Amino acid sequence: MAELLKVENLKTQFNTEGGVVKAVDGISYHIDEQEIIGLVGESGCGKSVSQLSVMQLISTPGEIVGGEVIFEGQDLLKYKAHGSEMRSIRGAKIAIIFQEPMTSLNPVLTINQQLTEMLELHLKMSKKAARERAIELLSMVGIPSAKSRIDDYPHQFSGGMRQRVMIAMALSCSPKIIIADEPTTAVDVTTQAQLLELMKDMVERFKTSLVIVTHNLGVVARYAQRIYIMYAGRIVEEGTTKDIFGKPRHPYTIGLLKCIPRLDEEEGRKLVPIEGLPPNLINMPPTCAFLPRCSYKVGRCFQESWPPLKHLHGQHYISCYANTEERTSEPAAR
Amino acid sequence: MVEKHTSDIGFSEAPVRVSEWRRFRRVFFERKLVTFGLGVLVLLVIAAFFAPLLAPYDPYELGDAGESLLQPSGEHLMGTDILGRDTLSRLIYGARTALMVGFISVTVAGIIGIPLGIIAGYFGGVLNMVIMRAMDALMCFPMLLLALFLAAVLKEYFSGIWVVIIALSVAIIPGYARVTHGLTLSIKENDYIMAQRAMGSSNSRVMFRHILPNAFPPLIVLVTMQLGALILAEAGLSFLGIGIDPPGAAWGAMVWDGYRYLANNPVLWLAPGIAIALVVFAFNIVGDGLRDALDPRLRGLL
Amino acid sequence: MSPQQDDAILDVKDLKMYFPVTRGILRRKVADVKAVDGVTFTLKRGETLGLVGESGCGKTTTGRCVLRLYQPTAGQILFEGEDISSLSESKMRHIRSNMALIFQDPYSSLDPRQSAGSIVGEPLKIHNWVGSQSEYKDRVEQLFRLVSLDPSMIDRFPHEFSGGQRQRIGVARALACEPSLIICDEPISALDVSIQAQIINLLEELQEGIKGLTYLFIAHDLSVVRHISDRVAVMYLGRIVEITKSRTLYENPLHPYTKALLSAVPIADPFVEEKRERIILKGEVPTPLNPPSGCSFHPRCFMAVPECSQVIPPLRNVGDGHQVACIRV
Repeated sequence: MAELLKVENLKTQFNTEGGVVKAVDGISYHIDEQEIIGLVGESGCGKSVSQLSVMQLISTPGEIVGGEVIFEGQDLLKYKAHGSEMRSIRGAKIAIIFQEPMTSLNPVLTINQQLTEMLELHLKMSKKAARERAIELLSMVGIPSAKSRIDDYPHQFSGGMRQRVMIAMALSCSPKIIIADEPTTAVDVTTQAQLLELMKDMVERFKTSLVIVTHNLGVVARYAQRIYIMYAGRIVEEGTTKDIFGKPRHPYTIGLLKCIPRLDEEEGRKLVPIEGLPPNLINMPPTCAFLPRCSYKVGRCFQESWPPLKHLHGQHYISCYANTEERTSEPAAR
Repeated sequence: MVEKHTSDIGFSEAPVRVSEWRRFRRVFFERKLVTFGLGVLVLLVIAAFFAPLLAPYDPYELGDAGESLLQPSGEHLMGTDILGRDTLSRLIYGARTALMVGFISVTVAGIIGIPLGIIAGYFGGVLNMVIMRAMDALMCFPMLLLALFLAAVLKEYFSGIWVVIIALSVAIIPGYARVTHGLTLSIKENDYIMAQRAMGSSNSRVMFRHILPNAFPPLIVLVTMQLGALILAEAGLSFLGIGIDPPGAAWGAMVWDGYRYLANNPVLWLAPGIAIALVVFAFNIVGDGLRDALDPRLRGLL
Repeated sequence: MSPQQDDAILDVKDLKMYFPVTRGILRRKVADVKAVDGVTFTLKRGETLGLVGESGCGKTTTGRCVLRLYQPTAGQILFEGEDISSLSESKMRHIRSNMALIFQDPYSSLDPRQSAGSIVGEPLKIHNWVGSQSEYKDRVEQLFRLVSLDPSMIDRFPHEFSGGQRQRIGVARALACEPSLIICDEPISALDVSIQAQIINLLEELQEGIKGLTYLFIAHDLSVVRHISDRVAVMYLGRIVEITKSRTLYENPLHPYTKALLSAVPIADPFVEEKRERIILKGEVPTPLNPPSGCSFHPRCFMAVPECSQVIPPLRNVGDGHQVACIRV
C-alpha cells in the first residue's frame, strides 16, 4: 500500500514558566493507505500532542519547533496554522475524534447544525443535500431513527451515542485519515467494543486510514496492524502488532506487557511493575529517559545520548542500546 | 488554557517541590498595581496604629478664634476645619475609625456567617432551607437601608461607632453565609469528605477541620473586598450623620463637614474623599491580587 | 482477630438502595432510581471478592451501603455477625474503625490542606487509637513504610506527590486502624498503566502480610478484577447476575452478560485475539430509573426468549459455589 502520511523528526514543545517541556521530541512515523496504526503510551508521553501537531492544533504556550509532516506530497508544517490551506485539510482530509464526547460537541447547537456545517463548508453541499447526507451518516454509525434524532441536542444523547455522532462527523467528508485520540476511554467496556467495531467497519467502508491513540494495549492488539510505542516524547519501539506483542524488544514495552493483568492469565501470575515514575519532561537529561526505570541498562546507556532507532528486522525498530533479546526468549506475559 | 496543556503533557506526575509561598509571592507581586494597593494599606495600618505619634496636633483640640477654616500652610499642612481642628490629624485618626469599623464588622459577620453557611451547605435539607431563606430575606434590604434602620433602633442602647459596627455586621452576614454555602456545596462533593465520613469522623470535625480550611482562600479574598465596601459604607453612614459621635474623627463625617465649604476650602472635603477612594480602591486591588495568587488551579505549578 | 478461617466477615442479604427522584418545590417523589435492587453476597474472612460491572450498575453504591455512607432502603448487612443496616450513626462511627474505603481518584480523595502524615493519622485521632503523641508518630511512620513511602515525606502536601504515591497514602490511611475489611472502589483506574501494577501488588502483598484482611474490590476492568480476586460477582443494573471463582469466570462464564463483557475486553495479545469470538451487544445499558421488566438484560440478550421479560431470574447455585441468575442456563 502506498504511503499516505509521513512524519519526520517532529518536535513540539511547551514553554512553561518552569522551563521548556519537550512534549514531542523528534518522532518519525508513517501511515499507509487503509492502514490502522496504534500510537501507545501513558499519559504525558506526547502521543496526543503529536497528533494535534500534525493537525497544527497546538496553541500557546505550545509550539511546533521542527520536523516535517508530509501529506500528499506537501509539508503541512509549511502552511500557516490558521491559513486556508490548513483549514481545507482539517476535517476534510484528516479528521480527529477526541476522547471526551461531552465537551467535543457544542451543547447549544443541534446535531444537524454541527454535522452539516462541515459538509456545506468542505463539500459545498446545499443545506438540503447536507441534511440528507447527515441522516445517512448517522444511521450508518448506528444511531436508531436518525431522521427524528438529527434535530436533537448533544445532551439528549448518551456518551456512547455522542461518540457515534463524533465518528459520523469525522467520516462526513470522507477523509483520508482519521485520528482517534483515546476514543473509548470515557465509555464502558461493552460500548467500547461497539465503537471500536464500528470504527473498524467504517474505515474499511470509507477506505480511510486510522490512527488509534491509546494507553490500552489490548485495543491496539485487537485492531492495529502496526504499533508505535511512545515514552517521554519519543518513539521507543515500532513494528507490526505481532512483532510488538510476540517479540517485544524495548525494555519499556517488555515492562508494560509484564505489568498489565490479562483476562486469560494463569492463576497466581505475579505482575512485575515498572518501578519508579514517568519522568518530568522539564529539563530532561540527554540520556535515555527510561534509564532510571530500566532493568536492562548497560554502561553505554549512561554515557551516550538517547539511542536512535535501530532496525531489527522487517518493520521492527527499537531505540535501545541494551541487548534485550536473550532475556525475552521467555514469553512476555501469561 | 495553561492548565489544559499541563494536564495533557502531564509533567505534574513527577513530584517537584514547589514552595507554595514562593509561588504565591510571585503571582501576587507580578502586577505593579497590587504592590501599590498593598503599600496604601500598609500606610493605612501604620496611620491607624501610630495615630497619636504621627498626628501633628490633637484632633479634638478646638482652635482659637482666628484658627478656623485656615488654608493649608506650613503649620497646618491641610488647613483646619470650622472649629479650628487640624485636618491632617483628623484624617490620621479617621484611619483608625475606618479600620476599626471594617475589621470588627468583618470579624463579627464572619464568625456568624461562615458557620451558618457551612452548616446549611453540609446538612442540606430543612436546615439549609431555613438558614438560607433567612439570609435571602436579610439580603433583600439594601445594605445602607438596613444599617440606617438598625442604627435608628439601636441608637438608644449603643454609642455611635458600635451602632455602625453592628449594623454593618448584620448587613454583610448574608454575603458570608451565601459564599460559604456555595463553597461548602462544592467542597462537600470531594472524595476526601466522603473519606472522612467513611473513617467515622464526627460532623463537626468534617465541617471545621476539613471544609473550612479548604474554603479559606476564597473567603480571604471576600474579606479583603468586603473591607473596602465596609469602609465605603461607614463613610456613607457617617456622611448621613450616623456613626461616630462628635468630636470623633471619621472620614465620611469629614466629607460632610467640608462639603459646606466646597468652594473656599476644597482640601477639607477633598482630603478625606481621596482617602476613602484610595483605601477602597486599594482593598479591591489587593483582593483581586489575592484571588489570582490563591487560585487553586495554579497550585503545584511553578 | 478471630482464629476461624472460613467464617463470613460480611453477609449482605437482599440489599436495596433506591434513590428517590423528586420534583417541584414540595419535593414530591415521582420515581425511584433503583441503584441497587436486591443484592446478596457473602464475603469470607481473608478473601477478595471482586464486584464488576459497567457504570451505573450499582457496584459503587453497594460498597457505600456496606459502609453505611448511604442508608439502604431495605436488606440486611451483617458485619462480623452484627446487623449494621440500621445502627445509629454514633454506633456506626465506632464500627467504621474496622472497615475502610480506598477511593478511585487519588486527587480528590486527599484533603489538599492536610499534610500526608496527618491524612494517614486522621483515623488514629478519630478513634483515639493511640495513647500518646510519640505512639501516633511511630504508627504513622510505620504505615508509611508499610506502603513503601519514605517516612521523611510525612510533612509534604498531597500536590507534591505523584498519582501512584497519592494512592499509597490512601491505602496507608485505610490501614491505619487495622481494619478487617477494606472496600477498594476502583483503586487503580485513575492511574497510569505502569503504575497500576505497583498498587495491585501492594494490595496483594498487604493481604498476604496481614492475616484476615478482606477486600471488596470494586472495578469495571475485568482483567484487573480477575487478577486480584478470589471470587468475582458481575453486576448489571443493580443486580448480581453471576458469582463465581475467578478461575472459572474466564473459562466457564454462564450468564450471557458475563460472556459479552468478557468478550468486550481486549487482550493484549494479537495471537489470542485472532481466535477470540466477539459478542457485540445491541444498544446500551438502560436507565435504572425505568429498568426493563423481568430480567433487565433481556432486551440486549442474544439468548433471550419471551419468558425472560416476565420473570426476574433468581440467583441460583449451579455447583461449586458458582451462582448465576438466568433462566436459560
